[in-house]
Amino acid sequence: MAITVPEPSPPRPAPQPRRVEPGLEPSDRWFQAGSTAIGWSVLVITGAVGVFLGVQSVPTLRHYGLNFFTTVEWNPQFDRIGIAAVLLGTVEVAFVAMVVAFPLALGFALFISDYAPRWAKGWLVSAIDLMAAVPSIIYGLWGFYLLKPHAINLSRWLSQHFGWFPLFHVNTDPNAAVWQQSQYTSSAFIAGLAVSMMAIPLACAVMRAVFDQAPIGEREAALALGGTRWGVIRKVVLPFGKGGIIGGSMLALGRALGETAAVAIILSPAYLLSPRILQSGAQTTSALIAGNFGSATRSQLSALLTAGFVLFLITLAVNSTAAFVISRSRSGASTEI
Amino acid sequence: MTGGVSVLTRSTGPEVARDLIVGAAAGEPARLDAVEISAWFNGTQVLDDVSLSMPPATVTALIGPSGCGKSTFLRILNRMHESVPGAELAGEVRLNGVDVYTAGSRVTDTRKRIGMVFQKPNPFPAMSIAQNVTAGLELTGKRISKSDRAALIEDCLVRAGLWTEVKDRLDRPGSALSGGQQQRLCIARSLAVGPEVLLMDEPCSALDPTSTRRIEETISELKSEITIVIVTHNMQQAARVSEQTAFFLAEAGQPGAIVEAGTTDQIFNSPVDPRTADYVHGRFG
Repeated sequence: MAITVPEPSPPRPAPQPRRVEPGLEPSDRWFQAGSTAIGWSVLVITGAVGVFLGVQSVPTLRHYGLNFFTTVEWNPQFDRIGIAAVLLGTVEVAFVAMVVAFPLALGFALFISDYAPRWAKGWLVSAIDLMAAVPSIIYGLWGFYLLKPHAINLSRWLSQHFGWFPLFHVNTDPNAAVWQQSQYTSSAFIAGLAVSMMAIPLACAVMRAVFDQAPIGEREAALALGGTRWGVIRKVVLPFGKGGIIGGSMLALGRALGETAAVAIILSPAYLLSPRILQSGAQTTSALIAGNFGSATRSQLSALLTAGFVLFLITLAVNSTAAFVISRSRSGASTEI
Repeated sequence: MTGGVSVLTRSTGPEVARDLIVGAAAGEPARLDAVEISAWFNGTQVLDDVSLSMPPATVTALIGPSGCGKSTFLRILNRMHESVPGAELAGEVRLNGVDVYTAGSRVTDTRKRIGMVFQKPNPFPAMSIAQNVTAGLELTGKRISKSDRAALIEDCLVRAGLWTEVKDRLDRPGSALSGGQQQRLCIARSLAVGPEVLLMDEPCSALDPTSTRRIEETISELKSEITIVIVTHNMQQAARVSEQTAFFLAEAGQPGAIVEAGTTDQIFNSPVDPRTADYVHGRFG
């Protein structure tokens, strides 16, 4: 029996990719060129700000070296200048602001996304957006004239009951019959309360946008299993919105770290390495710059710009981390911040 | 040359004595009666005077063209209807004779007793397969011991026909499964709460034919222990899985209503209403 072996077919030439023209219309080309230029210019401007601050910082860092970061006082007359105290003050104010803003923003965002009646939703969203649109100087005046006289009572109460904790200690007798109100008036705590008003709308807007995107299918699944609305929030909305919660909070933190006007109005400048947030007197980086640059000599100006450079780097790091966290999360892929 | 001999084996996994399981309220199949149900969305009536009895331990199929109100009817049965803003209804839904809409009755209790599987598989993506199965217990605040939990997970996955496929990867995310497996995971998740009725809203419309067949097998296995109501656009599916069928229709501009209901055999082979005959023979819809 003959066996026929099939002829081997000639080898097929390897396929070569063909060139495909993107085929943009002239109007598309113009628009693409325009939007590309604008997009890059934003990056260039931000980069230029950073480079300018960096270059201006060189003389200061040469002169003071690492002492610039460890020196507490800001005494240009005696050539003793450092940002240790203002960095701590910046962190203290931002910390107070976030401790107040985070639960309020989270609660408000959950209320809008899951509990508010439909007709009220639009109004509440507008109200939060309006809160973000109020100029910070207004919050400063609000904090100074309206909040401060009341907040000092809270400060006193906290130091009465939790004064053993260094954060809440005040260098005066909180139980004195005639208590020294001036010891409480211009503290990082009160400045932080005012700043929290600016941090809330930022954090809340991002959280709410993310919560609203929690898939209806998963919400209904939780309800159909016999879950309560709180169960839906716990099992669906919060796990889904984790990226938005972290990202929104960090955006708000970036704002709180840099806030100037409100802080400058409320704080009375003091350069101390003190954890006592309830005690009058502290200083933040941005308020330092705002308060001193008008009367600064050339070298002092360089020092202020260096402080600004450090603040710029810190907020840049915080905001970049926020953007990274949001874009990595499931909910963030489609969320604009 | 050996041809592809496919060996069809149906492994049901280890048998678990359901009586031993605490926590899995092994609910008895319940009787469900819809009495004179009408429904509205934002003032527009979508269902008019629909009454239907769904006897215990049977499969009832709801068929009809899109927009005839059968999904709305299904969602009224376990009170999911009211979660839609602007939704209203009239009539009663009696679970073993007791109206689930009675003032003072808790919506969460109704939904625990009447489970639901949705058109699009919706496992919780952040949870593992095992966590998905027990999600309902946590949502309803039911405590369960660790060993009972493992037994419950196995039992529910076996009953949903998914156990053999996932038993080695119970802590992998539920979203990593195929669409058909996700849908069976959703069935297992519903079963874990111990429902007496299971509602299925076009559970196979997003699935391929093989997955569809697996779901249909699962339905056949479940029907002795649970009352099932299934909405489907697939005539063959309705004919294959159900004992009784209700044909819904919404005439132009009118709210949906039941044209004809009866045994599946009767609806498909000797329908009384000519519109039913036209629909089941694919002449419209």
